[in-house]
Amino acid sequence: MSEYSLQLDHVYKRFRRGERHDSLRELIPSLVKRAVTPDRDRALAPEEFWVLNDVSFQLRKGETLGIIGHNGAGKSTMLKHLSGIMEPTRGSITVNGRLSALIEVGAGFHPDLTGRENVFLNGVILGMTRAEIKRKFDEIVDFAGLEEFIDTPVKRYSSGMFARLGFSVAAHLEPDILVIDEVLSVGDFAFQRKGLEKMRAIAKSGATVIFVSHNLQAVAEFCQRAILLEKGRIIEDGPTDQVVRRYLDTAAAHETRVTRGPVRISSTEISSADGQMGRFAAGQSARIAVGIEGRVRTEKIAVVIELFNTDFYEVFNTSSERLGHPPITIEPGQRTECKFDVELNLGPGTYYLGVYLYRYDVEKEYDHVFPATSFVVTSDRDTRGSCNLYPVVAKFGAVPLPKVPRAIAI
Amino acid sequence: MRDALRELSRNRELLYIITWREIRIRYKQSVMGLLWAVLMPIIITGAGILVRVIGAKALGRGFNVSDIGGIAVKALPWAFVVSAIRFGTISLTGNSSLVTKIKFPRLVFPLSSVLTSLFDMIIALPVLLVLLPFAGGRLSIALFWAPALLFVLILFTTGTCILCAAANLFFRDVKYLVEVVLTFAIFFTPVLFDADFAGHVRWVVMLNPVASALDGLNATVVRGLPPDYPWVLYSAIVSVLLFWFGVVFFRRLEPRFAESV
Repeated sequence: MSEYSLQLDHVYKRFRRGERHDSLRELIPSLVKRAVTPDRDRALAPEEFWVLNDVSFQLRKGETLGIIGHNGAGKSTMLKHLSGIMEPTRGSITVNGRLSALIEVGAGFHPDLTGRENVFLNGVILGMTRAEIKRKFDEIVDFAGLEEFIDTPVKRYSSGMFARLGFSVAAHLEPDILVIDEVLSVGDFAFQRKGLEKMRAIAKSGATVIFVSHNLQAVAEFCQRAILLEKGRIIEDGPTDQVVRRYLDTAAAHETRVTRGPVRISSTEISSADGQMGRFAAGQSARIAVGIEGRVRTEKIAVVIELFNTDFYEVFNTSSERLGHPPITIEPGQRTECKFDVELNLGPGTYYLGVYLYRYDVEKEYDHVFPATSFVVTSDRDTRGSCNLYPVVAKFGAVPLPKVPRAIAI
Repeated sequence: MRDALRELSRNRELLYIITWREIRIRYKQSVMGLLWAVLMPIIITGAGILVRVIGAKALGRGFNVSDIGGIAVKALPWAFVVSAIRFGTISLTGNSSLVTKIKFPRLVFPLSSVLTSLFDMIIALPVLLVLLPFAGGRLSIALFWAPALLFVLILFTTGTCILCAAANLFFRDVKYLVEVVLTFAIFFTPVLFDADFAGHVRWVVMLNPVASALDGLNATVVRGLPPDYPWVLYSAIVSVLLFWFGVVFFRRLEPRFAESV
């Protein structure tokens, strides 16, 4: 057996833009043509494009790989190729071992069937045998936390319950290679956490895991290696840190904006003293630098910075004026920089930084960039939430309860 | 072809559970439950009797009880053919979320439609067996032909389902076409009438492979005669070819299902 569990060799996939209007008259000739002619070597027609463009990589047994990229970069198409749902136009994909792909939780669930029936249905669809499911049934139901509702039709389930049951079935697959799409974003926070832990256990058991997500924090925590896709090409392949940083850079570049205001924010950067960007440890000191350019003379400008978590909940907000620095005036053609020193006492996660220019006395906003940049915070402590209180367990031990005289019934 | 069969045998649990799902859904939350399986053949038989009585009146022929058996024995397989093709045609498009999300042999879908309809037929079969002795059914050595004829019919239906399912995935109007053909098929397939009624153009009617199989069933079960061998052979050859072609064609197109559905 090869040391690789997955090998992609110059994979290309052709897609067509827009809709194809086929009529019944073309039915037979077109179907025959599709069945007979290979379109491997055909050049691109004008309305076609490569959704995967010369993709090659190898994955060793037991490796964890994250695939990141902006919407439309080809992540989902890549997954469908890895799982064998689609076949490449050109190139080859070699899979060694039993591969399970989790592209949608609860695929094949039927609303009229009960939870129990759906567990069997979904399990077999995902590649388990009925005997296997029978053996793991209690574990699956227990993991989903749905013992009382297991004989209720799933149409009566809440969407969270539905997703939990679906994920739970999939989590008990025991594959050699596990391919996971955005499915961890189901259920409530506690369940997401549980799901991630389950995945970690699967990876620890020696399975190769491929993880596609917008949740950079989960990717950063979970995967040793990552690839960044853009327009169907791999533009970065390496240690997750490095790839996430590159992704965040391109994310900022994607932000295009036309402002006709008198002043504009020309750059926003957050970095640590040793030049680190994009990824910080909780508690680390960092500097936020905002570049400003003047077009027209503008008086009394203050700089406001705001920080949001991935739920777009505002975690933090301050401004130069509120911190006691007097507002400044900018002349046309002038540029200036406003720097804040901050301590990132944040919980582990991804954060978005927004910046705006504001004049307090007339309550006027000049320019607003959101997200100006984003970064990931990691912590050595497993905590949840956006702030970090740096907890330690001070004491935890059992002592006997004081004897209380038994109450007398009246 | 051999690959296809091997792949299917590896996925027989899947075929079983998808069929089970179809059956379960069809009979869950329905007032009549399993009676549905019996209803369709009864309606067809009823219509057949009506047509025969009217025809007998108009032509001055007699109507005898064995005609009822003749119609019933064809009505049941006919209900199977129609329902299997109807559900088979939409079996891929109806499961598009599975087709685009999970990898397994797609042949499972049209095949499970056939099996589901077959299940309906088996449910209704006892009713027919009880009815037949009173409606002209006859025990004879020719009865041994009946299972073979049914098998040919199933093979033909399966081939058609596979082809229609793949075609409908690429061209959604195929299901309307199939619907129209199925609606009018009762007029050019000898279910309500007998192929012999066509006289010297009987061969035109018999060109329809379903017709030759149904005619054979009528002959063996009700009349106690052997089937019309050349036509049964013809029907069997067409069915085998159709099935073989369907499977090969389906498998060739299979890799493009996910992106075209």
